[in-house]
Amino acid sequence: MSTKGKTILLVDDDVDFVEQQELQLSAMGFDVVKAYSVAEAETLLESVKPDLALLDLMMEFNDGGFVLAYRIRKRYPGTPVIIATNVANETGLEFNAQTNEERSWIKADVMLAKPIRFEQLKREIDRLLGA
Amino acid sequence: MSETLHVLAVDDEEGMRLGVQRVLRNYAVPLPEFELQVAFDVELAASGEEAIERLGAKTYDLVLLDHKMPGLSGLDVLAWLHEREQREKDPLPSPLTIMVTAYASLETAVEAIKRGAFDFIAKPFTPAEMRSTVSKAATHLMAQRQARKLAEEKRRLRFEFISVLAHELKAPLNSIDGYLQIVKGKTAGDDPEAYERIIDRCIVRLDGMRKLIYDLLDLTRIESGSKRRDLVSLDLVALTRNSIETVLPDAQSRGIEIELSGPETLEYTADQSEIEILLNNLISNAVKYNRDDGHVWVRWAQSPQGYRIEVQDTGIGMSEAESARLFKEFVRIKNRKTTGILGSGLGLSTVKKLVELYGGQVGLESTPDVGSTFFIDLPLGSAADQDSAN
Repeated sequence: MSTKGKTILLVDDDVDFVEQQELQLSAMGFDVVKAYSVAEAETLLESVKPDLALLDLMMEFNDGGFVLAYRIRKRYPGTPVIIATNVANETGLEFNAQTNEERSWIKADVMLAKPIRFEQLKREIDRLLGA
Repeated sequence: MSETLHVLAVDDEEGMRLGVQRVLRNYAVPLPEFELQVAFDVELAASGEEAIERLGAKTYDLVLLDHKMPGLSGLDVLAWLHEREQREKDPLPSPLTIMVTAYASLETAVEAIKRGAFDFIAKPFTPAEMRSTVSKAATHLMAQRQARKLAEEKRRLRFEFISVLAHELKAPLNSIDGYLQIVKGKTAGDDPEAYERIIDRCIVRLDGMRKLIYDLLDLTRIESGSKRRDLVSLDLVALTRNSIETVLPDAQSRGIEIELSGPETLEYTADQSEIEILLNNLISNAVKYNRDDGHVWVRWAQSPQGYRIEVQDTGIGMSEAESARLFKEFVRIKNRKTTGILGSGLGLSTVKKLVELYGGQVGLESTPDVGSTFFIDLPLGSAADQDSAN
């Protein structure tokens, strides 16, 4: 897959998570744009159309990732969205995006549990970008 | 607020039972110290056997227990309550017992108290005597309940503290782990600069974790009171100069100037390490949350009550809602402006606790994007008073 010229939007309030994914995704050749809150991401979206978004779930509000995913899809229909979260660890709640029914209300293609393995993230990105 | 206490009146004489019921039916004890009015719901038992049956089925707050009854006596019922406490793993809470003795027999009364009765009253009693005895018991019950509630609240707060602390310690570990995985898998490519960044971030997170642990040690030492306070005469201004020296490298690297003004020297009786914690927190915060090329003004002044230090910065500031939460444990104002700044969230809550030891005050004025001014008032002569009270 050619990653050249493809832009990934990275949103998480954990500075180090953003840094880690940025380092790895840039090494793969992606352009990375990043934001540390839902509000900041929304501003970014006015000028950037990402090819894929990797979002945290719990940011300044608890379901921030879902809200942001919804807005991304509304603005740029068809944009693949991955949500990475440790919500299961912290709250005992579990979200999946495995069935069509779940994907219909969770506007994400994939839910990944933190800590995420980069191999797995790469595989999902490859799949979603149609490598 | 009002509270109803459940009373069981045990007497083989019907006249007595009904008498108690009548006296307490429309009686309410005002307990202004608990902001409470206590009323009574009275149930009756005609024998020791019936009393035990009822006590086994339901929780009562108070039992008025006749001593002399055919069959099981009042003392037998007391003994049964005592045995139940010993025997059962999770017994119903025992009621407070008031022994009713037929004539003022000191012996019976002493025996009853020995076996766990709270009080006694002699027959015949006037309604006023009964009310006075019951009101004493009600006060005792409410004080007990309040103490239990406070203990429970304290326990809850401690658990909450530990759970937040665990989370705060886990976060840097996860981050460092994430970076190490990248290094191990070499997934950041071949650029050495990427790996430099990784090392830098790991060091920052480790520093943050270390600071959290040090702050935590400060806090627990203060809270447990186990740290010996060494009250001596100190020069507040000299200590302030030292504290400024400590943050100077950080300040200079970001072009921040620190200016100290006020008297040349100020003598104060205090524990040196406590004053250092206060000064270091305020001054390092003023640098940490400042903008590059900003300014910090540190001012000491004398007031009729004591001394005041003000530390003013030209930093990110905060809203009124944010400053209201600021002195609580683990409160870190989390927004875009603070994401890159490490803090334990314990510094200012420690400052507040320390300042209170001196009978002083800490506070701030702040405007977002303009800056904050923190102040501490240290009253004269109070540290010594506080210490002798400990």
